[in-house]
Amino acid sequence: MVTEERELETVDLNINMGPQHPSTHGVFRMVLTIDGEVVTDVEPHIGYMHRGGEKLSENMDFRQAIGYQDRTDYLAQFLNEQAYCMAVEKLLGLEVPERSEYIRIILCELNRITSHFMFAGAFGIDLGFFGTSFTYGFREREFIQDIFEEVSGDRLMYGYFRPGGVVWDVPDNFVQRVREVLPKSKQGIKDLDLLLTDNEIFVARSRGVGVISGDDAIDWGLSGPMLRASGVAWDLRKDRSYSIYNRFDFDIPVGDYGDVYDRYLVRMEEMRQSIRIVEQALEQLPDGPILPEKMPRKLRAPASEVYAAVEGARGEYGIYVVSKGGDKPYRLKIRSPSFCNLSALKTMTVGNYVADAVAILGSVDIVLCDVDR
Amino acid sequence: MSYTISNAWLDALVGMIVIVLLMTLVVLALIYLERKIAGRIQMRLGPMRVGPHGTLQTLADAIKLIGKEDLRPRSADRWAFELAVFAIFVPAFLAFVAIPFTREWAVSFLDLGLFYVIAVTSLSFIGFLMAGWGSDNKYALLGGLRAAAQLISYEVPMVLSLVAVAMITGSLNLSEIVEFQGRVPLFVWQPLALFIFIAASLAELERQPFDIPTAESEVVGGPFIEYSGIRWSMFFLTSYANLFIYSLLGAAVFLGGWNWPLGEEVGWGLQVALMFVKTSFFIVFLIWFRFAMPRLRIDQLMSFCWKLLIPFAFLQIFLNGLVLVYEWPDGLLFVTSAAGLALLSYIIYRTVSVAPRRVRLVPANPGRATAPAAAEAGG
Repeated sequence: MVTEERELETVDLNINMGPQHPSTHGVFRMVLTIDGEVVTDVEPHIGYMHRGGEKLSENMDFRQAIGYQDRTDYLAQFLNEQAYCMAVEKLLGLEVPERSEYIRIILCELNRITSHFMFAGAFGIDLGFFGTSFTYGFREREFIQDIFEEVSGDRLMYGYFRPGGVVWDVPDNFVQRVREVLPKSKQGIKDLDLLLTDNEIFVARSRGVGVISGDDAIDWGLSGPMLRASGVAWDLRKDRSYSIYNRFDFDIPVGDYGDVYDRYLVRMEEMRQSIRIVEQALEQLPDGPILPEKMPRKLRAPASEVYAAVEGARGEYGIYVVSKGGDKPYRLKIRSPSFCNLSALKTMTVGNYVADAVAILGSVDIVLCDVDR
Repeated sequence: MSYTISNAWLDALVGMIVIVLLMTLVVLALIYLERKIAGRIQMRLGPMRVGPHGTLQTLADAIKLIGKEDLRPRSADRWAFELAVFAIFVPAFLAFVAIPFTREWAVSFLDLGLFYVIAVTSLSFIGFLMAGWGSDNKYALLGGLRAAAQLISYEVPMVLSLVAVAMITGSLNLSEIVEFQGRVPLFVWQPLALFIFIAASLAELERQPFDIPTAESEVVGGPFIEYSGIRWSMFFLTSYANLFIYSLLGAAVFLGGWNWPLGEEVGWGLQVALMFVKTSFFIVFLIWFRFAMPRLRIDQLMSFCWKLLIPFAFLQIFLNGLVLVYEWPDGLLFVTSAAGLALLSYIIYRTVSVAPRRVRLVPANPGRATAPAAAEAGG
């Protein structure tokens, strides 16, 4: 009797990473197909945090919808509010007073710093720190968070910007408080440098991982630190100089390799540049009104469409508003940087180890509420 | 009517009770210590609420864990799942038997004590595999396989570094090894072996930077992912008991245990104190490492073991053999071992250190005109 020889059939292992997983930064799910420890396929699933903020904004007047901007990218709220207010101002033709512009710039750049501190802390955890980098990042973030609380009265959902300016003037000691905090932030960046930047294991884990070339990055529509790490010097603050950014002297950090380590370095350098901008803005902060003199009580927009975008902490945060007249937008679309940056995940991840997949996802620095809106 | 128990059984019973009590107390203390050290490193206070300075926090946590529901997934392999706890716990328990705490007191003065400790502790990977397989969870499976690969790999340099020590002492009896170090402890003779021992025990204990099997941010606790309540706390307890055992072993084998530098004549109190201080040194060192390092990747972990630690452990044995067989002066033991350590450090340095990379700073985008765009943006 002839025994039938059969080969054992093997299949690749599917791993469901998320929606509840410590390193997916929220409720994000990716189905990894792995061959041993090597990732052969990635299938991202998003939408767990979809709340329909865009649709809800259609039923609110222009001021009410500001609250929904805080709830998209909840680590860079001021930047979102700035984009939204810029879009509405463009639509209505409002002029923002000087003082409000400066206050906005200061708060936006401080917010960028807090967001990047958060990134550095969480990224350290993704690479295996047992919470140490997180507490380092969080302490520095907290100092700035206190200022935000003093200014807006809220720790998370600020709702401080208004079309035409800001809702109320900053406290009297605002300039002094910010001046006190900036050296602390500088020291915090140095501390994180000592802990992470030149740590040999950190470097070994992040260099040459998740490389994306400049051309690929443009094709995928990446923006922000992701794009600049790949060697493309594209920064909306310079290239589409909005607000009053052309009055400040600052540099764009650009990476040469486009790997995870470069993305980290670019963000660390951006924090230093943001501090430079804030220092200059504090010098120049003028007195004056915070809202235009002829501010309409009810904001009525003409039938038109506008797009306004800011260089958010994660990339280009854009608002596209279609108005058919009246006090509500006909359609409001948010171009969120996390969503576009996340789209390149598969390109970067396939062929790497499972541990690298976590590092790469961390380096994209997504906020899931921003991805799903 | 007379009722007698033979002395051997009575001794064994007393020894067991002492070990269990010691282990529980030490683990409670160690967990508290680790939390406090972690707090210091992370700019926090650590536990502060339960008891003075949070000293009773671990006890409260232990009670909480015991009170929790003991869950078992329906699809789990029942026997593998439930026995895995014991497969991990019992080896740690057994290893205490051979460790000499003072000159007179150890549960058992085994002639093959060193061999016994290594043999028994290396059994624990079976438990990891059982937990990983039995849980019927993909993360657990991945973690269990990672644990098996890592523990088996690092067992080799660990054993080899201890073999190098045994060559010098000429005995595998832990008491004799400690007694050998009356004047000069073995870490002076064998710095390379000490380095390999520490690196390998970090990996055996699955602590950063080698916590790959249980990596929180990747496999979410690895083999332990499906365990809860008392079973999970047994795993937790075992990992700290192992920390204690490896520290005791390191203190006894490399730092001269209860002997150096006070000599053999001192009373048992001082001997215990010596042992305590030396063990604490290892423990604090291992805990400190955990909070100051990120995690290696699995390929980096393997190449560190097979390409660096194992060849150098063999080198250490070879050098010891040369010195001992040709009866060269003892000083050469130190010289050759230190030279080996220097070479190993240099190779590690060359491997991991790369030119620091910084980002370019571009004042403005050279390719695009900024002025028209600025005018267009308005605002």
